[in-house]
Amino acid sequence: MAALKPEPTKSELTNPSRRSFVRKSLLTTFSTILGADIVYASFMPKGYIPVALSLQSNPMDGKNPEMIIRNEKPWNLEARPHLLDDAITPAKNMFIRNNGLIPENIDVDTWTLKISGESVVQEKTFTLAELKKNFKAYTYQLVLECGGNGRAGFYPPASGNQWEEGAVACAEWTGVRLKDVLNAVGIKLDAVYIGYYGADKHLNGKADEVVISRGAPISKAMQDETLLAWALNGEDIPLAHGYPLRLVAGGWPASVSGKWVHTIVVRNKVHDGAKMMGDSYRVPKNPVAPGTKVPDEDMKIIESMPVKSLITFPKSGAMFEKSRKLGVRGKAWAGELEVSAMEVSVDFGATWVQCQLKKPKNRLAWQEWNVELSFPEEGYYEIWAKATDSKGNSQPMVIPGWNPKGYLNNSCHRIGVKVK
Amino acid sequence: MNPNPSKYTQLKNRILAFIALILVLSFGIFLITWIQNDAGSTLDADKEEGTLSASDSLKLAIEQDGKDRDPETQLVLGKGFEIVKANCTNCHSSALLIQNRFTREGWKAKIEWMQETQGLWPLGESEDDILDYLAEHYAPEAYVGRRAPLKDIEWYELN
Ligand code: HEC
Repeated sequence: MAALKPEPTKSELTNPSRRSFVRKSLLTTFSTILGADIVYASFMPKGYIPVALSLQSNPMDGKNPEMIIRNEKPWNLEARPHLLDDAITPAKNMFIRNNGLIPENIDVDTWTLKISGESVVQEKTFTLAELKKNFKAYTYQLVLECGGNGRAGFYPPASGNQWEEGAVACAEWTGVRLKDVLNAVGIKLDAVYIGYYGADKHLNGKADEVVISRGAPISKAMQDETLLAWALNGEDIPLAHGYPLRLVAGGWPASVSGKWVHTIVVRNKVHDGAKMMGDSYRVPKNPVAPGTKVPDEDMKIIESMPVKSLITFPKSGAMFEKSRKLGVRGKAWAGELEVSAMEVSVDFGATWVQCQLKKPKNRLAWQEWNVELSFPEEGYYEIWAKATDSKGNSQPMVIPGWNPKGYLNNSCHRIGVKVK
Repeated sequence: MNPNPSKYTQLKNRILAFIALILVLSFGIFLITWIQNDAGSTLDADKEEGTLSASDSLKLAIEQDGKDRDPETQLVLGKGFEIVKANCTNCHSSALLIQNRFTREGWKAKIEWMQETQGLWPLGESEDDILDYLAEHYAPEAYVGRRAPLKDIEWYELN
């Protein structure tokens, strides 16, 4: 057991000479097991150790142990729906989507934000202290949902982390408005897009390779609620969520909300950073049959996320007496829009019951809903939840349009219950 | 002759056998608990050191099909496994492979994407073996309808 695992300890990993020894011995073990010719049959460059050892601090620190781990490297976690029952999502229940490695040794005192790009009048750099001092701070509750939330529902299977329901959160972010900062710097009339650069490290180990650099049209950048935030629920943003500075653009795929941001570029064309192209965060311009290969030029960038809702109470699997009136509650959101109606069904959509729906705390925040249900017969029921946005779009009960990377699955959430 | 001594011996033997049985059983229980604890602590140690085995939730999902797996990566053991472990667990953990299901063509497209955009090296002669392995063990499962029945519901009494 323990003896079979010759893993090095943390201190071994942080000590360079020990580390290279460990690497060598790992490689030796590896080639002994596999035969060196197998390892070197490919063109694997030196220094890439199979079953790489992560030097990352444990992002499960401060996380709810009920979170689902999708990947350990890069770290990707999602919540189970019942963990999203709070009006304001606590950090411990927030999903994590990392495309690369979380930066280490961040020094807030020397952290700067540079505003540059073709369409700034003049490049300018701010320290964090200057941002806080020169601009007014605002707090908004904002929905961040991974574009791939629900990917697991698509067939043929779409690639990437197989998110189910919980890659979404609605926490309170505090920071300065991006538009105030851009206006202070001065942007040219030809500005069409902004892009961010963050301090995360590429998985391939190349020091200066950009992991992800996405952005949004200037109109989204100039919204009141688009923030350069340093606080989450009134405290420093946890490292895994973008400490010390994060761009937050609620209602859009969360990948627009760049973490560990050190540079914002103002572009005179659609930003062309890493993961703006190809299949990344893009969907077919026109609907395609499941499994279709879609050429780049027929894809478009995802902007607002679609209408969606979750049942956050009870947790799926509840068993209760027939006499009980079951209080059911959850959250609903609709990207740039507001949710205007919320319904649930216990008969697979044959009939729908209207729910109480609260107003959002501010634009781009999710909305709480609740309803009381009684069940006429004993047995197995599914409760299905369906939200409708202010333009009349509802959530589909089946999986919506297939796309190569499995984005935008906003089909109805459902839970199973038993009445005794 | 007095028959009692032999009866006495019989009784003694039975008692001894019983004691022996208890000893064996309790040793067995001790052994099982010990093994479990040890396995548990190995898992915890994994966490602390941040090694890159597949995540717990994935382990749960995959341990039920009876296939043999590499303890370090949870990849299915089979022809080509070594070359996949050697080339595919360097940048990210095996969890990213294990979560995904593609045809051979789909896996090839993924590898090309990583080569074009993420710095994956050319796989040379190994590519065919890698693709064979992936297409065999990580192929799309049979399709189950546009909304499959809910699965893995953990029933509980609602208070
Ligand atoms: C040089 C580094 C590197 C190596 C080696 C590597 N990958 Fe990747 N791979 C990446 C990166 C970077 C990503 C993106 C990770 C993310 O976004 O979470 C990725 C993502 C993936 C994904 C998910 C794709 C998606 O659409 O998000 C799969 C599947 C995958 N890799 C399989 C493999 C296989 C199979 C191999 C071995 C042939 C391999 N990887 C080797 C860098 C690598």
